[in-house]
Amino acid sequence: MKVLYFAWVRERVGKPDEDVTPPASVATVGDLIAWLSGRGEGYAHAFENPRVIRAAIDRAHVRADAAIAGAREIAFFPPMTGG
Amino acid sequence: MTATMRLQQEPFDAAAEARALTHGRTDIGAVVTFTGVCRGDENGEPIAGLTLEHYPGMAEAEIGRHIEAAERRWSLRGVTVIHRYGRITPGEDIVLVVTASSHRHDAFAAAEFLMDYLKTRAPFWKRVELAASGGVSGWVDAKSSDDAAADRWGKKKPGHNQAAE
Repeated sequence: MKVLYFAWVRERVGKPDEDVTPPASVATVGDLIAWLSGRGEGYAHAFENPRVIRAAIDRAHVRADAAIAGAREIAFFPPMTGG
Repeated sequence: MTATMRLQQEPFDAAAEARALTHGRTDIGAVVTFTGVCRGDENGEPIAGLTLEHYPGMAEAEIGRHIEAAERRWSLRGVTVIHRYGRITPGEDIVLVVTASSHRHDAFAAAEFLMDYLKTRAPFWKRVELAASGGVSGWVDAKSSDDAAADRWGKKKPGHNQAAE
């Protein structure tokens, strides 16, 4: 699946997007955050406070307990500050 | 209803957008135009400018869902939403919401609803560049007052995924 990062999450991870293949035990958005956090220092920094991280599956907002099965595109970003 | 939504780097002309919405129409009795403008300070510190990052694809989808929600909730004749991205300097326009209806209440309420949701749900992020200290920049923190403003419109928010709430 494709994972995208925006704003300071993107800066800390060090890339705007990537393709990842998490193990089958990674079932929810929260699981994916925990799994990504273990991929390196930048990821750990980006996801150090999972409660502030917002997520979207296939371009619609989801909560951390959302299942990721069948997702094509999962995005992680900070709370939004547009308008 | 006529709905127009654009994301663009270049400036927009709020008056021209409002005119375009009512041109040749006699069923519209009220037009509300809201323009969000880049202030020259952030928490009291002068800024040189800000850069707006967005999530292409989702930003359009999310704004579109909120326009549809506004249309279901109020009697609207037309809606135009334009949100800029990229670098914007103080005094420049950032976002435009134009709502048109037969009577003023619907246009006023829908414009406020759309702005409250644009601020808290549309995937845009502002990075400010301070005028002092060599142009140090940082991401703007989300305000809890903006969440409260969006929450007052009711628990049920638009979107395909209600689990997101």
